[in-house]
Amino acid sequence: MTVLSIEGLDARHGLLQAVRNVSFEVAEGETIALVGANGAGKTTLLRTIAGAHRPAAGRVVFDGAEVTRLRAYRRVRAGIALVPEGRRLFPELTVEENLLVAGAKARAGPWSVSKVVEAFPLLEPLRKRRAASLSGGEQQATAIGRALMTNPRLLLIDEVSLGLAPLAVDAVYRSLETLIGSGATVILVEQDLARGMAVADRVLCMLEGRIVLQGGAGELTRDEVTAAYFGVRSQEGEA
Amino acid sequence: MLLVALAFVPVLLGANATQKLTLLFVLVILAAMWNALAGYGGLVSVGQQAYIGLGAYGTIYLANHNVAPYPALLLATVFAGAVGLPVSYLVLRMRGGQFAIATWVVAEVFAIVVSLDKSLGAGTGTSLIELNRYTPDERRAYTYWLALGAMTFLLALLFVLLRSRLGASLQAIRDDEEAAASVGVRVMAGKRILYVVAALGCGAAGAITLSNTLFIQPGSIFGIQWTAYMIFMVLVGGLGTFEGPILGAIILFLVQDWFADRGVWYLVGLGLTAILFALLLPHGLWGALEERFSLRLLPVGYRVRGLPSRARAAEGDA
Amino acid sequence: MNWVNAVVQGILLGGFYALLACGLSLMFGVMRIINLAHGDLAVLGAFLVWVAVDHTDVSPFLALVPVLGLMYGVGYALQRGLLERSLRAGVLVPLLTTFGLAIVIQNLLLEIFSPDVRSLGGRTGGVTTTSWRISGDLAISKLGVLILAVAITVLGGLHLFLTHAPAGRAMRATAQDVDTAELVGIDSRAVYARAAGISVAVAALAGAFLAIRAAFDPSSGPTQLIFAFEAVVIGGFGSLWGTLVGGIVLGVSQTIGAEIDPQYSILAGHLVFLTVLAVRGRGILGAREAIA
Repeated sequence: MTVLSIEGLDARHGLLQAVRNVSFEVAEGETIALVGANGAGKTTLLRTIAGAHRPAAGRVVFDGAEVTRLRAYRRVRAGIALVPEGRRLFPELTVEENLLVAGAKARAGPWSVSKVVEAFPLLEPLRKRRAASLSGGEQQATAIGRALMTNPRLLLIDEVSLGLAPLAVDAVYRSLETLIGSGATVILVEQDLARGMAVADRVLCMLEGRIVLQGGAGELTRDEVTAAYFGVRSQEGEA
Repeated sequence: MLLVALAFVPVLLGANATQKLTLLFVLVILAAMWNALAGYGGLVSVGQQAYIGLGAYGTIYLANHNVAPYPALLLATVFAGAVGLPVSYLVLRMRGGQFAIATWVVAEVFAIVVSLDKSLGAGTGTSLIELNRYTPDERRAYTYWLALGAMTFLLALLFVLLRSRLGASLQAIRDDEEAAASVGVRVMAGKRILYVVAALGCGAAGAITLSNTLFIQPGSIFGIQWTAYMIFMVLVGGLGTFEGPILGAIILFLVQDWFADRGVWYLVGLGLTAILFALLLPHGLWGALEERFSLRLLPVGYRVRGLPSRARAAEGDA
Repeated sequence: MNWVNAVVQGILLGGFYALLACGLSLMFGVMRIINLAHGDLAVLGAFLVWVAVDHTDVSPFLALVPVLGLMYGVGYALQRGLLERSLRAGVLVPLLTTFGLAIVIQNLLLEIFSPDVRSLGGRTGGVTTTSWRISGDLAISKLGVLILAVAITVLGGLHLFLTHAPAGRAMRATAQDVDTAELVGIDSRAVYARAAGISVAVAALAGAFLAIRAAFDPSSGPTQLIFAFEAVVIGGFGSLWGTLVGGIVLGVSQTIGAEIDPQYSILAGHLVFLTVLAVRGRGILGAREAIA
């Protein structure tokens, strides 16, 4: 069944159009890799879905209900969670407090502080540490864990591996694979094409605010995606 | 042209008109000064009354030391501006609300220091008796011309400053202070100039007020109601525009004339109006008119816009 | 010159200032709003308690209870109705609207209650007028100790609330990053409104004690605001316990100033404030650079 439906979405930053007439659907249990160059509109798209950015036109339909005008916190309670670009942990709160604060008004579900620490064992010794003192990988783990505490139906992760050391990225993806394996619906933004395509069911490529390529991760070749990424016209033309 | 006409007022119109117009000129000066600080410099000062009081009491002090009254007025004004310079080193270290209250505390300090000095009349007030050597008509006329001259000079000074490189750099500072600093705009120097000019202007206003009203007290000449008037004039007239404060001053002048006998309701009305304008018409009446009809009376070379807006910067955010 | 007595009185006075400053500090810490109407809201609280006592003849401490509840509601409504929109309009706007609000409150009080100075000092029985005599020169007023105790209790209660209660944690999170707070399911507008409610209620509490320990009239607001602000800045923006430290430093400055000459009391406080600003802009316990 369709968990998320985006119809004709337009989003702006002042006069700059960041998202142009974007439409796509996400089925339950799907993992989507959203790729594209910097400035392609991926972050704006995710933020608009999560409610942190108001669209100029179009609709966001979640679980059959229109949420386009709903404030972000209500979307979280409905089941959409965003792990923001740059992690954005609450710096003066501890890891545990970061998790608790998200879980306070959460939907019913399996996630709890202990479950999150189970999924990200590196967090166990860090529970009482100030979030600002963590390394990049630790922060990413906490940020994903924090989003999970809200028991989301749809998890949006902006820039999974940006700024992380390779080992940290490995750890994050191991946990992600477990999460995906358990049936979660995920849209992730990933600069590392190989990683993104390896873990996703479908790939969406954005360029200058539009979706220029869509397809199953297994069917598209790296070259096709790279071409779309950089805006090189392929045989079939742009989407 | 307008200036020449205005210059003839004491000769042609009666005492009442002369005195009232003097008050109007003082209001214009105050509005222009507060606007220079807040509209162009992003500095919300709640303590300009410090310099209004300094201008007035400086005059008394000089007169007590045998300086003729009108030169004393001029010197006191310069003195007020001069005091602004060292004070700026203290208060400009802060921004926003901290800056605001620091300016207010400075005003309170000045008020207390003055009220402790017996030679300045202490807490009960004093007057510039040296003005008694002139007839009332002469005094009114001289005060009027002084006010007209001061207003013209200060407005011209502001105009020149804003058309200069300082003006452009102030626009940059207002839009994004860090970015401006990173390309070499001398942020602190710009703000300091504005602060000192505003001190000078408010000092002039205080000195002229003394000459116009004859009797002053620390409580009222250093009082916070001056700030209330300035905020009202600039918000209603148009923050960040050149003509706005002038319009605001005219409006306050008329409102005072019509409603001052309503006592507290008058002040309540001022307060409510200021709130409404801040929320609904942040660019004031002049700003709204400008936007509607693309008016431009005085060509201050670029669009000097209003309040640095969190909302505008984050446009689109829910 | 009785310095010991001056210092002790200063510490007790500091307790009052800390209570006065607490709400201002909270509102700034959570919403970055400097509420220029804070002092007038405290005076409004004093007047409400006075009206209740005048009409029902109960003890001011009893009359306080419903007034606190009422003022919480006033703060909540103020935030949702006025300050929320002010925040969205720009960084400078809350200063302007709270200033306008201060004028409105002051003058409405003046209209309703006349400029007469009032006090609740005589209405609270022995506690407000007696003291413990320690020695020939030193007397510690019971009211002073009570106010200091209340201040510490309120600050302590707030501290516990912020660190252990879910709503308090949400408040800290929202204070640190309001956008992300929304993204983890926190209703930031409700959090802000709660903070404003607490801030105004505590201001009213301070106002009631002002009425009990001294006197008040409709124009007392600005003076209280300045003292509250000085206490917050001296102690350090962003630090709740800094408010206590700041209040005490301010109180002691004033009482020592008074020892030198009663006329210098308030001036001494102002000078200490300006000195702290000049030397250490972020205050004694201030953790980060003080911002708008």
